[in-house]
Amino acid sequence: MLTYQFDWSIVTSGKYFEWLVSGCKVTLQISIVGIVLAFIVGLLIAVMRMSNFRPARWFALAYLEFFRNTPLLVQIFFWYFGSYKILPAAVNDWLNSTNFEFAAAVIALTIYTSAFIAEDIRSGVLSIPKEQMEAARSAGFSFLRSMQYIILPQAVRITVPPLVNQFLNLAKNSSLAMTIGVMELTYQARQVESYTFKGFEAFTAATVVYLALSSIITALVHLYDKRVLNPNRAV
Amino acid sequence: MIQFTGVHKWFKQLHVLNDINLRVTPGEVLVVCGPSGSGKSTLIRTINQLEPINEGKLIVDGMDLLDKKTDINKLRAEIGFVFQQFNLYPHLSVLSNITLAPLKIRKTPKKEAEEQAMTLLARVGLAEKRDAYPSQLSGGQQQRVAIARALAMKPKIMLFDEPTSALDPEMIGEVLAVMQDLAGTGITMVVVTHEMGFAREVAHRVAFMDHGVVLEEAKPEEFFRNPQHERAQQFLKQLLSPMH
Repeated sequence: MLTYQFDWSIVTSGKYFEWLVSGCKVTLQISIVGIVLAFIVGLLIAVMRMSNFRPARWFALAYLEFFRNTPLLVQIFFWYFGSYKILPAAVNDWLNSTNFEFAAAVIALTIYTSAFIAEDIRSGVLSIPKEQMEAARSAGFSFLRSMQYIILPQAVRITVPPLVNQFLNLAKNSSLAMTIGVMELTYQARQVESYTFKGFEAFTAATVVYLALSSIITALVHLYDKRVLNPNRAV
Repeated sequence: MIQFTGVHKWFKQLHVLNDINLRVTPGEVLVVCGPSGSGKSTLIRTINQLEPINEGKLIVDGMDLLDKKTDINKLRAEIGFVFQQFNLYPHLSVLSNITLAPLKIRKTPKKEAEEQAMTLLARVGLAEKRDAYPSQLSGGQQQRVAIARALAMKPKIMLFDEPTSALDPEMIGEVLAVMQDLAGTGITMVVVTHEMGFAREVAHRVAFMDHGVVLEEAKPEEFFRNPQHERAQQFLKQLLSPMH
C-alpha cells in the first residue's frame, strides 16, 4: 500500500526550486567549459599521439593509458585532495580563495574526457586517405599545419557521432563533482531530499534536467554538423 | 634544376632506384616512362622528398635533399605535384582548394589569392566551378583543378605522377591539353606517363626506366623511332599494339 504523499510543488517553486535552479547553472557551467576544453585538449593529444616527434608521442601514450584506465572518481579526488598535498602553501591559499572545487572538477572531467576524445579523433584521422597528408605536405605545409588545415577538419567531420557521446558523458559525469562539494544539480537534489525527504520529486527533477541537457547538446552538435561541418555530405 | 647523382633507394630488400644519374635543366620537359613497377613513380616522388633517398646526391633548385639544413617545406612550396588520384581536399570548395596554400604559406592577401585562383581556373577552363566541391566534379575536372592548385604557388618545377592514368579515356585529352599549354610557358616539368602521344609532342627528352634503372635517355623523336635498349623496344611495341 502506497502511503507516500507526492508533493511536486517543492521542485516547481519556492526555496528548493531555487536550489535546483542554482544547481542547474553550475552543471551547465561545468559542462560547457568542460566540453570546450576537453575537445581542445583531445585534439592536441591526438596530434601528439600521431606526431613523429617521439617525446610528444610517448607523452600522449602515457596520458591516454593513464587517464582512460583509472576511475573518474579517483581522478576527481586526486585533483582535489591529492594536489593539495604537493602544491606550495601560497598556491593553496590562492586556490582556496577561489572556487577550487569547481576548478578541480573541471580539470578532472576535462582530462578524463579528452583522453577518449583524442582516441576518437585519432581513429577519424586514420580513416582519412594518407594521400591527403601527401598532398598537403607536397604543397609545403608542415606536419602540424597539414593537420590543422587539411587532416583534422576532415577527421572531425566524420568523428561527430562519437564526439557527441563523449560530450554527453562529460555532462552526465559532472554529477560526480558533488563528491568534492561542488554545488551542482545532483548535489542540490540531494540537499532538497535531505531537507524535505521528498527524494522521488527531487531526483525526478534532476533526471528531467539531465535528459534535457543531453538532448540540447545532441541537437546543437547535429545542427552545427548540418549547417557548418557537412553541408554537402555526399551520403 | 634537378640533378640525380648515383641515387639509390631501397624498400626493405627491394632495390627500387638503382644508381640514378639524371639531370633536368631549367625549362626542360622530361617524360619518364617504363613498365609498372619500374620505379618511375618512386623517382618522381624523391624530387620533393615524398620518398627520401638512401644513397647518392639529389640537388633540386640548388638545395641538397640529403642536407639536414635544407628546409624541405620551403623547397616543396616551389615544386608543384600532381597526383594520379588528384587528391583534392574534399572538405574545401574548388576556390579554397586553390587559395589555401597561397593564403597560409605565402601569406598572399585574400583578394589577390582569389583573383589569381580565378585566373588559373579560367586557364584550365573551369571558372564556373569555383564554388563546387571536388565530389561534384568529374575526374578530368578534378585533375585540372589539382593542376591549378599546384600552379597557385607559382612553382619553379611541376611534377606529374601519372596524371591521366585514373581518368576515363574521354577525359584524358582535356588534362593533356592543359599540360601541353603549361609546357609552353617554359616551366620545368617532369612527367611520369604512359601517354606516348604527349611524350612525342611535348617532351624535350624521354627517360625510359626498368627495374629501378634508367636504361635510356633520348630526344623523343630518337626514342620513338629508334629505341636502343631491348626492353624499351618491347615496351613501345606493347604500348602500340597491346594485343600481341
